[in-house]
Amino acid sequence: MDLDLTEDQKAIKEVFSGFFTNEAPPTVARAAEPFGFDRSLWTRLLETGAPGMGVAEIHGGGGASLGDLVVVAEAFGRAIAPVPLVEHLVAARLFPADDVVSGESIATLALHPADADGTWRIVPAGAVADVVIGVDGAEIVAVRSAAPGTGPRNHAASPLADRSARIGERTVLGPAAEFSHAIAEWQTVTSGALVGIAAQALAIALEYVMARQQFGVPIGSFQAIQQGMADLPILVDGGRLLTFKAAWAGDLGKPGITDAGDSNITDFEALASMAFVFTSDGAAHATDRSLHYHGGYGFAEEYDIQLFYRRARGWALVYDDPSREALRLAGRLFPEVNH
Amino acid sequence: MDFALPPHVEEYRDTVRRIIAENVTPEMIDRQHESGTFNSYELNRAMAEAGLLERAVPGLGKGDPIELWVLFHELEKSQAPYDSISVALMIAGVINAVGTEEQKALIIPSILTGEALVCMGYSEPDYGSDVASIVTRAVKDGDEWVINGAKMWTTMAHEAKWLILLTRTNPDVPKHKGLTMFILPMDTPGITVEPVPTMGTEKTNATFYDNVRVGDEWVLGQVDEGWRVMGVALAFERGVMGGTSVATPLLRHFHDWAAHVGLANDPLVRERMARVAIDAEVSKLLTQRCAWIAASGGLPGLEGSMAKVFATESYQKASRWFQQMAGPRGLLQFHEPDAAADGWIEYDARHSPVTTIYGGTSEINRNNIAERHLGLPKARR
Repeated sequence: MDLDLTEDQKAIKEVFSGFFTNEAPPTVARAAEPFGFDRSLWTRLLETGAPGMGVAEIHGGGGASLGDLVVVAEAFGRAIAPVPLVEHLVAARLFPADDVVSGESIATLALHPADADGTWRIVPAGAVADVVIGVDGAEIVAVRSAAPGTGPRNHAASPLADRSARIGERTVLGPAAEFSHAIAEWQTVTSGALVGIAAQALAIALEYVMARQQFGVPIGSFQAIQQGMADLPILVDGGRLLTFKAAWAGDLGKPGITDAGDSNITDFEALASMAFVFTSDGAAHATDRSLHYHGGYGFAEEYDIQLFYRRARGWALVYDDPSREALRLAGRLFPEVNH
Repeated sequence: MDFALPPHVEEYRDTVRRIIAENVTPEMIDRQHESGTFNSYELNRAMAEAGLLERAVPGLGKGDPIELWVLFHELEKSQAPYDSISVALMIAGVINAVGTEEQKALIIPSILTGEALVCMGYSEPDYGSDVASIVTRAVKDGDEWVINGAKMWTTMAHEAKWLILLTRTNPDVPKHKGLTMFILPMDTPGITVEPVPTMGTEKTNATFYDNVRVGDEWVLGQVDEGWRVMGVALAFERGVMGGTSVATPLLRHFHDWAAHVGLANDPLVRERMARVAIDAEVSKLLTQRCAWIAASGGLPGLEGSMAKVFATESYQKASRWFQQMAGPRGLLQFHEPDAAADGWIEYDARHSPVTTIYGGTSEINRNNIAERHLGLPKARR
């Protein structure tokens, strides 16, 4: 038992916190709106080896664990960097073609199965991805086709788009049932990013409430505000622990236990689902509070918190409502009984 | 991060589970709720004989904080009457940390056999969260201290052999600097106990101190350093010694009952059970972190505040949800034939309110987090 980052992870954290702080301050996310993709930032990210770091070394990747990817995702989330890193990190593990491992081609996941007509709807990074991986009928397929380069304007300024599961260079990767593992990896890495958003929303709020004066004192000296602020590190730390536990279970790669009545849960997909629900709600709540403590300025485009507020919702809801995910989790924890 | 227990702790956990399985019976749990005394000498003795208690005293060197967490996590999940022994072991840890050699030799062995319990005299009728303002006086008279005052919420005073008592020894210095802690036998002349029944079944007490005369040998720690002793006690208590796994048995009872009566397929019920399971997992992880920090040589005070606030507030939410979803049967008490989960749903609805109050209210813990973790200015308005 060791609840600290490994030495490797501490180094990874330093590198990527540095990268995103320097290369992707909020002005970069802001400048990339409304489309939500900064090609030059992606190009610089390639030099760090990030795109293929989660791919096994035999496929030319960095051999990083899921836990390592969570470390990167948190740094990415804190910067709300306008690049499809979470999707690419997970997709590259499923489809480690050379150009995907290097990041020259962007890969993404279609989180929901294709429609009857073979269309994946509202795919994250769908507007910019060269390869889309998802379920079509009974199979997981990877489809190479031209990125549309455009997509619907949306809440989080994400490069979303519909993509075809049938048109393009199609590779069958496996039976559809195995996609739940990829979804769990996506949920885990996304949870890392959502923890990053929540942590940054807290940092922004802290700075604001100490700078902003009303009644002659910083508003951060009022107990009403302090009590609300005090919830946020609990959500950040709790979410981070749960996300790392999901990653730990995923990296172990063994069948786990789902005994909620004994508080004994080690199953990867159950923990990933839990982390997704908790960090989705946590990031939504942290950005909500942080924005609120800005008063009217929180609502103004000029202040950064609104950028975080919208992404906290968009990055989670592109998959699903956390409550509906909780219902799916119930299916894992509490098998239905027939009367 | 690695969330697996080390092999020797797994072994310890298996022993804890075996002792629970062999000793904790439905009758024992029932007796606890009938009597309002959350203690079982049978269970304490069984744990003592298996060597569990001596390993569970914080800082004594025979176990580690991970084991302490495991012990109370398992006891709490089983709903065994563990509250009293938890307090006793925590105080044994305080005595071990700040007590004299004579105090250690006299008191710690009596606790480790599972026979002697300890009650805590901190709060007073007029001072709860602002405990540093207490007015129970200890005045030096020759070689003796004379103690006069009253304490509230001295749970287990009616059974305990020992009392840990916070007094004011110097009223002329800032309030934190004039406090002294005593450790006293409960049969010291001048101490009286009056029961205070509660909504949550558990019995507590008011205690009164009328010219209680004791010598210097009963001072715990140094004179006027009672606040420091409180700090040691709080650091041991927060998080790892029970109170943060309480939603898990509630979830187990509710789910089993809901499955039995055909409610468990209702999507509303299912979503909420899943959310309770998530919050229980987060409560467990926040507590596990406290144990890990303590095992690594740190003092998990702030982390304990986080675990306590989160676990108790999510337990209250779970209790409210489950009682509502049980409908009218959620109103029925233990042993009533139609009672939801044999009455546990109704019981938890009565028990849960106290959990955000005792051991540091949610507001005090949030102040702690705001000031010491977030670095916000001290605020009292």
